Amino acid sequence: MDGLDRTAPQVTAGIYKYDAYDRQFLRDRVAEFRGQVDRRLAGALSEDEFKPLRLMNGLYLQLHAYMLRCAVPYGVLSSDQMRQFAVVARRFDRGYGHFTTRQNIQFNWIKLEEAADAIATLADADLHAIQTSGNCIRNVTTDEYAGAAFDESVDPRVYAEILRQWSTLHPEFSFLPRKFKIAITGAARDRAAIQLHDIGLAARRDASGAVSFEVWVGGGMGRTPILAYRIRERLPEAETIAYLEAILRVYNALGGRENIHKARIKILVRDVGQARFTELVEQEYARLPRERYRLEPEVVAAIQAHFAPPPFAVLPQADAALAAACDGDAEFAAWVGRNTHPHKVAGYISAVISLKPIGGIPGDCSAAQMDAIADLADRYAFGEVRVSHVQNLVLAHVRKDELYALWQALRPLGLATGNVGLLSDIIACPGLDYCALANARAIPVAQLIAERFADLHRQHDIGSVYINISGCINACAHHHVGHIGILGVDRKGEEYYQITLGGSATNDARIGDIVGPSFAYDQVTDAVETILRSYLAIRQAGELFIDTYRRTGLAPFKEALYATA
Amino acid sequence: MQAKVKARGTQPLVVTANRLRDGRVVWLGGGGIWSERVGDAAIFDGAGVAAGLSAAAQAEAEQIVVAPYEVEVTLKPGGPEPLRMRERVRVVGPSVLAPSVLAAGMLAEAAE
Ligand code: SF4
Repeated sequence: MDGLDRTAPQVTAGIYKYDAYDRQFLRDRVAEFRGQVDRRLAGALSEDEFKPLRLMNGLYLQLHAYMLRCAVPYGVLSSDQMRQFAVVARRFDRGYGHFTTRQNIQFNWIKLEEAADAIATLADADLHAIQTSGNCIRNVTTDEYAGAAFDESVDPRVYAEILRQWSTLHPEFSFLPRKFKIAITGAARDRAAIQLHDIGLAARRDASGAVSFEVWVGGGMGRTPILAYRIRERLPEAETIAYLEAILRVYNALGGRENIHKARIKILVRDVGQARFTELVEQEYARLPRERYRLEPEVVAAIQAHFAPPPFAVLPQADAALAAACDGDAEFAAWVGRNTHPHKVAGYISAVISLKPIGGIPGDCSAAQMDAIADLADRYAFGEVRVSHVQNLVLAHVRKDELYALWQALRPLGLATGNVGLLSDIIACPGLDYCALANARAIPVAQLIAERFADLHRQHDIGSVYINISGCINACAHHHVGHIGILGVDRKGEEYYQITLGGSATNDARIGDIVGPSFAYDQVTDAVETILRSYLAIRQAGELFIDTYRRTGLAPFKEALYATA
Repeated sequence: MQAKVKARGTQPLVVTANRLRDGRVVWLGGGGIWSERVGDAAIFDGAGVAAGLSAAAQAEAEQIVVAPYEVEVTLKPGGPEPLRMRERVRVVGPSVLAPSVLAAGMLAEAAE
């Protein structure tokens, strides 16, 4: 696309660049979809015939309109791609988009008769919606600080891109028993929730520089939340694709296809047992023509070239300008304390743009904000933006001495809320406000909770706590692993909410415990307040909410919640 | 997947669907007209809804609507109001677009 030369800086941060073949493929795909839509509108295709075709192109029919889910491969975007989202939001939607926990974006107000034009507009910026739905391998997700984090040993984007290329239109894995999600991390701290995915990969580098992977399999949320188990401790880089191929083959052959609720790989692993599943995979792996799938170092190097570090300036680690700005502006200092992450390169830092203004809609971003963020990415972050799995955006490479200027630019845009990891940094799915599968609304519950605790000082006192709200058991907002998880349930056509406590999505992954009977819509905020008041009353010095919960268990919270019931 | 509400006794019913070309929520009105306003919906009783559903099936075959179904309502002065929360959200649109509605707790009230 021509836009890449328009406003982006001369040298951008690492972004995988499409070649002529990729672009022609996308154009052909748009033309094919346009024909399918035309045939549907003319009556040549019934809804039953058309539905799988539109889903393959990321187009869902939701409560009020069609929804288009566009992939953001492993959450990495160029500034021009962000601008193109703004174009789609303005031209085909109502001027905004919604970033999801899968590091994708959804447009909520698409018309079927304009869907092909919307997809063509995305394709102009090397974007697409392929494999964002259906029983195939979905967008590979990763750490939003990839290539920047101080605790990273391997850049997971390289392998996420390799997996993207391997899994896109993989002929054998286009009709799996159910959807399949892969997450990958290359840092000490797991920020990709690898134990909650069908396959989770933790990349490690040994003393000689060789890369290997811990392979986890069989995790997932939804109706039956299960943590993955580690099937291989040290899979050499060269064997990655062959081994994943073996796992997928076993799943494809043996995974349940009769009952949609029993079709994910986690159920297969649970039913046959971990030992037997491992055996089956190893047998398949031994049988495979492994040489054909060998991941050669040259291939890795070629992909790596796309993610070469941007031209960082040589700077001191400590930054006097940043320290002075923090001293002079307490609000900025508080934002820095919450919304930044240490960078591996001296003098740089990663900045998180919170999409959770108090009372706002978690993950929503207006077209004007998208354009402004793209400009700021060009100015301060080598023209690159990340989508995080907690529905925020990240500028991964910002000079510390420019952070104050960035923050000042974010403020008038409503994008400088300093609440990352605090309780108003709520993860919420579209819920019953948009989603056809929902039991209950999630967004207004998030808004009410955030408004109840609007005072950031109070939030700082409470400390880090993740609240995740899903509108149904599909768990798109990962409520099972929220410190406080809220699940919308249907009771005779009315909205109720089940609360879980003590979940975790990181290295110490854990499924939360259900506190007891569910709460009505207008009781949920009070219940959350009761939980947090109980925590404040019993916490010991230095304890975060999750620490207190692990020490005390459910009892004191349950007592407080139901004592007066 | 659409939530089907089984006709229960004498509860009045309306017929709804999404419009094919843009996905918008529509309600079957008199004379087979599909309207975006629930106030225009034709009211059926348990026995009469079969005629509405048959008209809707015809509209589906003619590429006007997708996946029609019947919805239980109560008749209010302002028009029919669905019993289920899901359908009430389909009537008013996302509550998140209407902060005043949200603040006033009108949807929560309606849910009681
Ligand atoms: S969790 Fe349920 S309600 Fe929420 S987006 Fe997913 S399917 Fe829809």
